[in-house]
Amino acid sequence: MAAPATTTGTTAHGGADAAHSGGFPPFQGETFASQLLWLAITFGVLYWLAAKVIVPRLGGILEERASKIGNDLDEAAAMKAKAEEAGQAYEKSLAEARARAQAIAQETRETVNADSAERRKSVEADLAAKLAAAEAKIVATKTEAMSHVEAIAADAAGAIVGRLTGAAPAPADAAKAVKTALGG
Amino acid sequence: MAGPIEQFEIKPIVSLGKIGGSEIAFTNSALFMVAAVAIIALLFVYGTRNRSLVPGRLQSLAEMGYEFVANTVRDSAGHDGMRFLPLVFSLFMFVLVSNLLGMIPGAFTVTSHLIVTAALAALVILTVIVYGIYKHGTHFFGLFVPGGVHPLMLIILVPIEVISFVSRPISLSVRLFANMLAGHIALKIFAGFVATLLFAGGWAILSPLPLALTIALIALEFLVAALQAYVFAVLTCIYLHDALHPGH
Repeated sequence: MAAPATTTGTTAHGGADAAHSGGFPPFQGETFASQLLWLAITFGVLYWLAAKVIVPRLGGILEERASKIGNDLDEAAAMKAKAEEAGQAYEKSLAEARARAQAIAQETRETVNADSAERRKSVEADLAAKLAAAEAKIVATKTEAMSHVEAIAADAAGAIVGRLTGAAPAPADAAKAVKTALGG
Repeated sequence: MAGPIEQFEIKPIVSLGKIGGSEIAFTNSALFMVAAVAIIALLFVYGTRNRSLVPGRLQSLAEMGYEFVANTVRDSAGHDGMRFLPLVFSLFMFVLVSNLLGMIPGAFTVTSHLIVTAALAALVILTVIVYGIYKHGTHFFGLFVPGGVHPLMLIILVPIEVISFVSRPISLSVRLFANMLAGHIALKIFAGFVATLLFAGGWAILSPLPLALTIALIALEFLVAALQAYVFAVLTCIYLHDALHPGH
């Protein structure tokens, strides 16, 4: 249907190539052989390229990228786990150190307390001993002083008697008299 | 001015002699086939030469194209259909780049010739038949026998299934061919109106109308160029799925 119109159209425009074949170009059988030949050659080359180079290469690139990203994510997750572990270990050691510090402080407090109590006890004992010694010394001094009182009293009585009577009694008599007076 | 059909003329550039009465030549069609393959090779082979972990611009584009086709194959033909990835990739890229090259003004559209689309469709259907029989033997013909149907019904259903199978390569090739042909003819006619109206005296006022239509048609043709390549690839995947899993 289109053939006559095309032939007149192309001849009118002086298309030499079209004129000798005529007809609607897609249905011109004599061009099929060279079209098929070149299609076979070019599509064959393209298929060979696709099968041998393009598809394996691009598939490889994409796979490599996916695995690289996967590996990196795994690595990051492992590192995160490690960091968390380290954090926990740190917390744990911190708690341990704190507990130990408290224990040491407690222990020190106890030993210091015990020590000071002991020292206080020994000092107290010492003081008590000194006190007892001092008291004993006072008693001894007092008795000694009291024993001298008789002699002094005898001397004083002798002296007084000597002044009053003018004749000093014998010291032994004076002492005897003093002893009697004192009720001893 | 050239007629709307002239853009589809096959013009020999270098004649290579005759085989069986038909001339074998390097034609404008062959030139654009070579150009299409060269562009694909440039993008996908040269563009990925570094195999970078972080892709550059060209490699990004190549990866997008590859992943698009790979996802199409995976979705339509299943995981075992990935063995046909090179075939579907070649078909999709060849049709897409040929269609898009045809959008350059003055360029030749390889896919506007029925012989080319028919050859590609025949390649697909032959792959389906050969692989289906190789893989499943006579079980492959279970494709024509729907399961769970009364035996009497099969008398009607089997011929229908056979006809639908036979019409696949026809629809596959004619769909692409007719879309490209009709689109380019429509573009040429409307673009021709612009020139005709411009030299038609007072009617020149109306010439922006077909110009606007031509611009809209160009946008539509770009869509058709990409869409038809995708349709070709998806249908190829669906037919290959039949070869991998015959029986409904």
